Amino acid sequence: MSMDRRTLLKGLAVAGAGAVAPVEASEKYAEAPEDAVGMLYDATRCIGCQACVTACKTANNLPGNRYNPPEDLSGETKNIIRLYQDGDESSYVKSQCMHCVDPGCANACMIGAFKKREYGIVTWDPDRCIGCRYCQVACPYNIPKFQWNTGVPLIVKCELCNHIIHDPDTGTLREGALPGCCQACPKEAVIFGRYTDLIEDAKQRIAERPERYWGPDGEPKIFGLTDGGGTQVLYLADLSFEKLGLPTLGDHGTAKQAREIQHGIYRGFIAPVALYGVLGLVMWRNNRAAKKEEG
Amino acid sequence: MGRRDEWLDLPGDPTVDGVDRRDFVKVCMMAAAALGLPAATGVKWAEAAEAGLKPSVIWLHFQECTGCTESLLRTSHPGLDKLILDMVSLDYHETLFAAAGHQIEAALHDAVAKGGYVCVVEGAIPTKEDGIYCQIAGRTAIDILQEVGGNAAAVIAIGSCASWGGIPSADPNPTGAVGAQEILKDKTVINLPGCPSNPYNFLGVVLQFATMGTLPALDDEGRPLFAYGRTIHEHCPRRAHFDAGRFVRQFGDDGHNLGYCLFAMGCKGPETYANCSTLHFNEVPDAWPIGIGAPCFGCTTKGVGFTKPLFQEAALPPNYVPPIHPSDQRGPITPGWAGVVGLATGAAVGGALMASKKLGEGETEGS
Amino acid sequence: MASHSHAQPVGGPLNKKFVTFMVIFLGIWAAVLLYRFIYGIGVVSGLTDYYPWGVWIAFDVVTGTALACGGYAVAILCYILNKGKYHPLVRPALLTSALGYSMAGLAIVIDVGRWWGVWRIPLGGFPDMGSYNWDSALLEVALCVMAYVGVLWIELGPAFLEKWQSTSKNSALVGFARAGLKFYDKALIWIIALGVLLPTMHQSSLGTLMLLAGQKLHGLWYTPWIPLLFLISCVGMGYSVVVWESSLSTRLFKRQREDDMLTGLSGAMVVIVSLYLVLRFADLIISGKTSMMFTSGWLSIVFWVEIGLFAFPLWMLMNKQRRSQFPVMLRASILLMLAGAMYRFDTYITAYQPAPGQTYFPSFLEIFVTFGVIALEISMYYFIVKRYPILGGATAEGAAE
Repeated sequence: MSMDRRTLLKGLAVAGAGAVAPVEASEKYAEAPEDAVGMLYDATRCIGCQACVTACKTANNLPGNRYNPPEDLSGETKNIIRLYQDGDESSYVKSQCMHCVDPGCANACMIGAFKKREYGIVTWDPDRCIGCRYCQVACPYNIPKFQWNTGVPLIVKCELCNHIIHDPDTGTLREGALPGCCQACPKEAVIFGRYTDLIEDAKQRIAERPERYWGPDGEPKIFGLTDGGGTQVLYLADLSFEKLGLPTLGDHGTAKQAREIQHGIYRGFIAPVALYGVLGLVMWRNNRAAKKEEG
Repeated sequence: MGRRDEWLDLPGDPTVDGVDRRDFVKVCMMAAAALGLPAATGVKWAEAAEAGLKPSVIWLHFQECTGCTESLLRTSHPGLDKLILDMVSLDYHETLFAAAGHQIEAALHDAVAKGGYVCVVEGAIPTKEDGIYCQIAGRTAIDILQEVGGNAAAVIAIGSCASWGGIPSADPNPTGAVGAQEILKDKTVINLPGCPSNPYNFLGVVLQFATMGTLPALDDEGRPLFAYGRTIHEHCPRRAHFDAGRFVRQFGDDGHNLGYCLFAMGCKGPETYANCSTLHFNEVPDAWPIGIGAPCFGCTTKGVGFTKPLFQEAALPPNYVPPIHPSDQRGPITPGWAGVVGLATGAAVGGALMASKKLGEGETEGS
Repeated sequence: MASHSHAQPVGGPLNKKFVTFMVIFLGIWAAVLLYRFIYGIGVVSGLTDYYPWGVWIAFDVVTGTALACGGYAVAILCYILNKGKYHPLVRPALLTSALGYSMAGLAIVIDVGRWWGVWRIPLGGFPDMGSYNWDSALLEVALCVMAYVGVLWIELGPAFLEKWQSTSKNSALVGFARAGLKFYDKALIWIIALGVLLPTMHQSSLGTLMLLAGQKLHGLWYTPWIPLLFLISCVGMGYSVVVWESSLSTRLFKRQREDDMLTGLSGAMVVIVSLYLVLRFADLIISGKTSMMFTSGWLSIVFWVEIGLFAFPLWMLMNKQRRSQFPVMLRASILLMLAGAMYRFDTYITAYQPAPGQTYFPSFLEIFVTFGVIALEISMYYFIVKRYPILGGATAEGAAE
């Protein structure tokens, strides 16, 4: 259904410009990079100790601690454990950047402050950010946070502890280095690893104890395998992910659709240039006609 | 020994010096302090003991290792053992008695007949096959306990075995071992679980009974609240490491050497109710499992110690965790302010419509 | 382009009371802005991490530029469709546009957190050049708005040049003005063509922006057609501005009104608004969201009010006789303006539901800052029309030509 509309719109845009250039889908971020790393969070293992929250603050040098616990992700909290509770049902859930395969924030960012970098890690560069906060609008998980109460604000968001795990000199991963939260977790409820290994791990866990995990129609589901085009942080849980505050997304990120429409309209800059030419010509003719009348 | 006593600033060696009144009062005050009671209570205890108001104590051993007795004897406190013997009239104790055989059984009989004694039970009571797995002088543990405990002014179950079965009751529980409360169903049994139980908790209960004739407040498992009201985790000296996410991952690793939290090694501190973390054993600093780098294994809590696997992580007590959908960061819309803005918008639109009317009329007339 | 020769400065002294009020008001406004720039956006606004965009974006930028599209709408009508028939309206419309867009730019600087880096956007992300992210609709909006502000002031150039040519005592300035006007005679149409192209691009992109909000935007508003809907509704808003502008100008400055042109415009509006409504409903029906129109609780009500605001003026203007009456036109234009504004507010704020339990409502200072931007715009408009030849149609003969 949505395909129809998209095609129709593209047709309209292209036809309107008088150009018939075919519009091909942008496949820029169809899959995670080969060497992608990520995290696997298993809500059934999480015990809500919140050690990862403090560890994250330590690893990223953020203010606040366990004794003044944060309520939500914020300008000083990149990672949080929250509790879903409804009667007997309850589950902890961790929130941090999902490191989308096709990140909305990176798609939104004007001069590339948000970038999907080596190993597929989505990072933020203060030197390029102008604080427009479009990333906050574009993120389906509401992850990037803004520092509201300072004249020199930053965007704060989990970067998979890129500064710890990634050696910028050699461009490789540091041996044994882990993101703060994975380092801290006493239950290995959140683990760090190669994206492909994590998927294998998650599948194995499901195979071993399928009754432990939730999925639509009883089929255990790994959140992030395809959701929103895929995320490099994967989730397993024994409750529906919607209850845990994760959005219901299609198999393609909104980024893909927005990009297709945007590029559809501006493909090769044909439409704008053509439109400009047409406008100019019409006006030039009108002008000449008007002058003739006057003359 | 002498050097360590100096270092600990404790009274002199009782085997050399004897116990003078000053030292005795001091010990009583320390015992009182350990229980969170005012120093005056300690003085009162000392006075009561001196006045000869020593309660009679009958100490029964059943299925146990005598560890509780041993730890009581091995308090580095000068002559704590002696003090107990001086402060209470220990009329029957199989480990400490010099006498044996019919002589000791007669002593037991006399004490029970006298009544008003404190019955201390150490060890679990086997119930399978009518309790034949533990017999003393031809009588089963069940018989003995029913007679001695049933007549006692107070029953104290010392150690995990007497409290709820302890090691003997561990799966598959071949002897059907149970705690003292299971046998003495109608009596209030004060449980002092622990493997071993901390001698000071025992001392505090006995002394309170001796001097004031009262018993401490108990939780629903019969444990004194002063000692078992909180979890190890709540007052653990390594708690800061837990909160910061610094865990020992392997025995002997860097974290272990640095004294990190043992939670990931299966420490049961978070679900174990006891005061070990604040009242270390035998007056030696850090003389308790976590203090020496071993995870707590939950000996004081039924269903944890001797039951859960040693390295399985503990269940955490309920803790504050923010809800999944946080409330508004800046509070909800205040109706007043929304009303003001609504009115202003309405006025603006209304004004524009009025103006349009006026403009329109004016123009129609003008043109 | 013969139009400019008929425009005249309004002239006369500035209204003292008006000027005093504006100076005081804008002084307080500047103090609030200083507060915001020192202590951050949080202290003056009701924005949160869930609602990062509030009235400053939804009104000042998105609605503001759409209203400022009067210049755009008039340029299309005058130069593309009607061969110069509406010329006397061009300059006032252009001035409103130029001011509107400049103020939107100002609002953006107030709104962005790291505003000192804004200059890097027109420079390709200087110093690391070529770091433009062409996937970003916002980049396109930013570049277009920046370019369009420039183009608008260039389009308005003749008004200033004429003034300087005729009144300046500085001979160099007179010479510059003369040369400039000569250049304009040749190049203006191509500049105006650019001035039509740029808004077409970014008014639609203002809609594309919200495509990335994805599931956070309610289904009644989220559609791949957003760019087109934004573009069309913006034309409707431009029309309203032209009607109002024309009416107010004639009233305040005792000029002749251009009734014929406005009637023509109103006829065009019937087509535009119908197209909008057809597209809107067609999309909802095609994508199977028909039931959503009635089952979305209070958002259904918002939706129907919004649709009503489009449909009612359409009905008013349908009748040829009725739409030639100026009061009807005025009323219809107000409703259309409200409709377009509401569509934008709904898309950016009301129907934007980032997470359960989250709400946004602008704070007092936030609204005050917005009013300050509008006040500045009004002050500048007043000053410029008093001093420069913007308003045309001084005489009936002049307009009829």
